[in-house]
Amino acid sequence: MTSELLSLTAAQAAERTRAGDLDPRELWDLYRERAGADDLGAYLWLPDDAPEMDASGPLGGVPLAVKDLFCVEDVPSTSGSRILEGYRPPYTATSVRKLVDAGAPMLGKTNMDEFAMGSSNENSGYGPVKNPWDESRVPGGSSGGSAAAVAAGLAPWAIGTDTGGSIRQPAALCGIVGLKPTYGAVSRYGMIAFASSLDQCGPLTRDVTDAALLFGQMTGRDPCDSTSLDYPADPRLPSAERLDGLRFGVPKELLDTEGIEPGVRAVFDTTVKRIEELGATVEEIALPHSGHGLAAYYVLAPAEASANLARYDGVRFGIRAEAPDLLSMYEETRAQGFGDEVKRRIMLGTYALSSGYYDAYYGQAQKVRTKIADDFRAAFERVDLIVTPTSPTTAFPLGARTGDPLAMYLSDVLAVPMSLAGIPAISIPGGLADGLPVGVQLAGPAFSEFEICDAAYALERAIGFGDLPWK
Amino acid sequence: MGRTLFCGAVIDREQVNHVARLARLRLTDEQAEQMAAELSKVLDHIEKMGELDLADVAPTSHVVELENVLREDEARPSWPRDRMLAEAPDADAEGFRVPSPGS
Amino acid sequence: MEVASARQYEPVIGLEIHVQLATDTKMFCGCELSFGLDPNTRTCPVCLGHPGVLPVPNRRAIEFGLMIGLALGCEIAPRSIFHRKNYFYPDNPKAFQISQYDVPLCSGGELAGVRVHRAHLEEDAAKLVHAGESGRIHGAEASVVDFNRAGTPLVEIVTEPDIHSAAEAAEWARLLRETLRALGVSDVNMDEGSLRVDGNVSIRPAGEATLGVKTELKNMNSFRFLERGLDAEIARQEGILREGGQVEQETLHFDNRTGALSSLRSKEEAHDYRYFPEPDLVPIAPTEAMIEMARAAIPELPLARAERFERDHDLPADSARLLAFRGEQGDFFEAALAVSPSDPRTLANYVVNDVPPGSAATPEAVAKLVDLIGAGTVSRGAAKEVLEVLAAEGGDPEQIVADRGLGAAGGDELGAIVDQAIAENAGAVEKIREGKDQAIGAIVGAVMRQTKGRADGGEVQKLIRERIGA
Ligand SMILES: [Zn+2]
Repeated sequence: MTSELLSLTAAQAAERTRAGDLDPRELWDLYRERAGADDLGAYLWLPDDAPEMDASGPLGGVPLAVKDLFCVEDVPSTSGSRILEGYRPPYTATSVRKLVDAGAPMLGKTNMDEFAMGSSNENSGYGPVKNPWDESRVPGGSSGGSAAAVAAGLAPWAIGTDTGGSIRQPAALCGIVGLKPTYGAVSRYGMIAFASSLDQCGPLTRDVTDAALLFGQMTGRDPCDSTSLDYPADPRLPSAERLDGLRFGVPKELLDTEGIEPGVRAVFDTTVKRIEELGATVEEIALPHSGHGLAAYYVLAPAEASANLARYDGVRFGIRAEAPDLLSMYEETRAQGFGDEVKRRIMLGTYALSSGYYDAYYGQAQKVRTKIADDFRAAFERVDLIVTPTSPTTAFPLGARTGDPLAMYLSDVLAVPMSLAGIPAISIPGGLADGLPVGVQLAGPAFSEFEICDAAYALERAIGFGDLPWK
Repeated sequence: MGRTLFCGAVIDREQVNHVARLARLRLTDEQAEQMAAELSKVLDHIEKMGELDLADVAPTSHVVELENVLREDEARPSWPRDRMLAEAPDADAEGFRVPSPGS
Repeated sequence: MEVASARQYEPVIGLEIHVQLATDTKMFCGCELSFGLDPNTRTCPVCLGHPGVLPVPNRRAIEFGLMIGLALGCEIAPRSIFHRKNYFYPDNPKAFQISQYDVPLCSGGELAGVRVHRAHLEEDAAKLVHAGESGRIHGAEASVVDFNRAGTPLVEIVTEPDIHSAAEAAEWARLLRETLRALGVSDVNMDEGSLRVDGNVSIRPAGEATLGVKTELKNMNSFRFLERGLDAEIARQEGILREGGQVEQETLHFDNRTGALSSLRSKEEAHDYRYFPEPDLVPIAPTEAMIEMARAAIPELPLARAERFERDHDLPADSARLLAFRGEQGDFFEAALAVSPSDPRTLANYVVNDVPPGSAATPEAVAKLVDLIGAGTVSRGAAKEVLEVLAAEGGDPEQIVADRGLGAAGGDELGAIVDQAIAENAGAVEKIREGKDQAIGAIVGAVMRQTKGRADGGEVQKLIRERIGA
C-alpha cells in the first residue's frame, strides 16, 4: 500500500483525494514520516503537527515542500543563511499562501544554497544536500533541497525559485521536472530576494502534469508586488500526444558552449530526434548574444543582491555580532552571518555599482540584456519553442567545484539567457548518462507556460523516463 | 566603453578592501587576498562583454512592460510592536537598540 | 593692485527642501503616518525592510508630487523611475533609500525668480533616539531606532543657486512654504520636521561669474534660524577668504541654541551611494489624465494671489504679499471684501495689522466697521479702538460704538469743543493768521484729545478755519 501511494504523482493523488478515494491525512502521514527520516539533508524544518486537511481544493490536500527562501508566518525562514538564524517572519509569501489555500499544506522547508546563490547546494549555511541518485554527488542548486526531496520521494512536489537556473538545473541533476515561469507571472512577495529583476518561483515535480497543476495555482497579479501581472490564460493540464506543426529551434551558440559533456550531448541529440518523430520540425537558430549572458548575469544579479542583502545588518532581525561600535557591529555581523559565496557576490555587485565602474559593468550588462531579449524575440518569430540541454553536465561530485567559483557559475550557462529575457522554460528528464539524469530545457515566449507544458508532456511520454532512484 | 575600461579587469587588494568597507564586510588579510584572486578571475570572464559595441542600445532594467502600478492611499493596520521587536537581536520595550553612530 | 580685504563678496545660495507629504499612509506601505505616537507603533514588514517584502507606491504621493511640480512650473518627466541609494545607517531599514536619481518626476521650474532644478519623490528615514545623553550623536553609547517615520513620503525640491542673501533665502523659503500649504500637500511644519530646509552656500568676489567652493548647511528648523545659519556661514567663508584661506567642501551642522557651526564630516570613506534602478518598481509615466487631475487640484497660489490683490484691489505690494503669503489672512480679507468692497486698502490694513489670525473678529464685523468709517459714523481714530474690542471679544461694531460712545463727534457738540480749543490756543490762532498754517495742528490736537479721537480730522480743520476766518 505504502509503495503504491508513493508511486502516485501529485496530480494522481489529488484526483483520488478529491474523489474521496484517498484520505489526504494518509498522504500527509506517509510523506511526513519519509521527510522525517531524510538523510539527504533536504529539509531544514518540519512541522510537529499535521495541519487541517482539506481535499476539496484543486490541489487536493497533497503536501508541498517549500524552499526555505519563502517567508512563512512564524515558521523559521532563513534562505539557507546563518544570518537569518532564528528568524520567524511575521507574514507569509503570496505564492505559498495561494498554494496552501488551493489545498497544498506545507510539508516542510527545504535546504538551499544560501540566498539562492549557488548551483550545487554546497553553499547552504546548514550543510549540503546529497543527490538521491548518487549520494556522493550534488543535487544542483540553488533549489537543491526541493529537487532532492521530490526525486527521493520525500515530498510529492515542491516549489523553488529560479534566478539564473536555480529550479531548472537541480531538476535536471535530480531527474525531475522544474518550471521557471515568465517574470511577473507569479508574485515575488515573501520570496527572500536575491536578484529582484530575475527572481521567479515555480514548481519542482515528478512530471509535467504536476508542474502544470501546481503552476496554475500560483499565478496572478498580487497588489503587494508591483511587477506581477494577471496571467493571460486559464490554467489547464497538458494533454498533447504529438508535436505536429510545431517548430523547434536549437540555438547554435548555446550548443557550442564549451564543457557540454558527451553524455549530455548524446541524450540531447536523442531528444531532438524524438521531437522530430513526434511531428515537429527542428532547425538551428541564432541567439547571437547569448554567449554573453553569463557575464551580464554575473554583473546584474550580484549588483541587485548587494543591495537586497544590505538589510541584514543586525538591527531588526536575524543575528548580531557583539561589537563595541556601530561600524564593527555591521562588519562583524555580516562577516559572521554570510558564507563565502554570498560575500563574493556582494563584493562583485558592490564593485560593479561603485563609482567609476557603473557604466562599464552594470550599464553594459543592462544593454547585453536588451540584446539577449531581442535575440529571443527574433527567434520566436521563426520557431515556437527553443530546446537546449538544461545543464552542460550531470550531477558532479560534492566538493568538485567549490574551489573554483567560475567553474560553478558555468553550470548555469544554458539557463541564464532565459532568465535575463524573463521568458519561461521547463527542464524535463531526457534520459540517463552514466546512470545520472540529464535534463532537457524547453523555452518559449512570455506567458507560454501551458504551451511549453503541452510540448513537454508529449515529449515526456515519448521519452518514457519513469525512473526515480527509490523505485 | 569598451576594451580600455576593462583592460586588466583585475581587482587588487586595496580595491577589495575599499569595496568590503562599502559593503560592510570585514575580511581578514587572507580573505582579502583570496577574494582579489577569485574576483579577478570572474571579472576576467565578465570583461568579454566589453567586446560588444552597444553604444546605441537602450539598457533593460526590467523585462515587464508595466507602468504606474500604484496603490490607493488607504491605511492598513500596522503590525503589533511586540511582534516586530521579538525578531530584533537587541531591543528595549519600545524600540530597536543599536550602538550609537559615532560613539 | 586691489587689496584683498577690501573686496566685496557676493553670497551664492541654493536651497534643498524636504517636504513630508500629508498623505494618509507611507510611501510604499499601508502604515498610517503619525507624529508623536509611541515609538514603533506604525510599522510593518515593508517599512521595517523585512526579508521578502516589496514596495508599492502610494498613488496620492505621486499626485502630490505632480501638484508640487506643476505649481513650481516644472516639466513633468514622461517616464521617471526610482533608484536605490545605498548606504548603511540604523535609520535606513533596507540599507538603501528608494529615491529618484537621473530622471526625477519634475525638473526645471521657477518660483519668484528662483529657478527650481528638480523635485523628486523619495522616502523618509526612521528616527534615531539617543538613549542616555540628550543632544548630538556623540557621547551617547546606545541609541534606539523608532521606525514610525520610516517610509514617510517626501518630495525633495532643489533650487538653482539663484539666491544672494540669507534674508532672501528665508523670504523665498517662506513663500515656498505658503505655496505648499496652499496646495494642501504637506503640514509644512518646520518644528515637527515636515518641512526641512538645507542650504548650499558659497561666496565669490562681487562681479565674478565662477562659483566658489560650497558648503552644505543642515538642521535649521525655523526661518529665523535659516537666516541666522546662512549669515553665520557667509561670514565664516568671508573670514577664511579674507585671510587668504580656502573654503573646504563639507557639511555643517547649525546649532540653534549657540548659533555655532560644526562639521559633520565623518572619518569613513567618501559616500558612494551606488545608485541603480530599483528593480522592484516599474516606471511612473504620468498620463494626461493624471496630470490634468493634479492641475485641477491646484488652487490659486500665493504669488498669483498677491498679484491679483495688487491689481484688482489696488493694494500696495507689501500688504498684497503679506495677505497672500499668509493664506488665512488672505481668506479673511477676501471674505470681508465680499461684504464691503468700497475701501480695500483700509480693509487690508486692518487685516494685516489689527486682527491677527485666531482673533475673535469676524470678516463681517471688520467689513461693517469699514462701512461705518465710509459713512462718517466712526472716525479712523475711534475705529482702532473698535478693532481692539473686536479682536479681543468679537461682537458687532455698531453695538461697540454705541456702548462705548465712540460715535463720531459732530454738530453742536463738536462746535463747542472747537470753540473751546480756539479760546485755549490763542497763540496758535495768531500764528495761523500770520500765515504759519501748520500751527493749526495744535488746535486740531486739542480737539482730538477732547473727543478721544472720535472726530474726523478734516471736519475739525474745516470748522477751525471757518471760525477764525483763515
Ligand atoms: Zn509599513
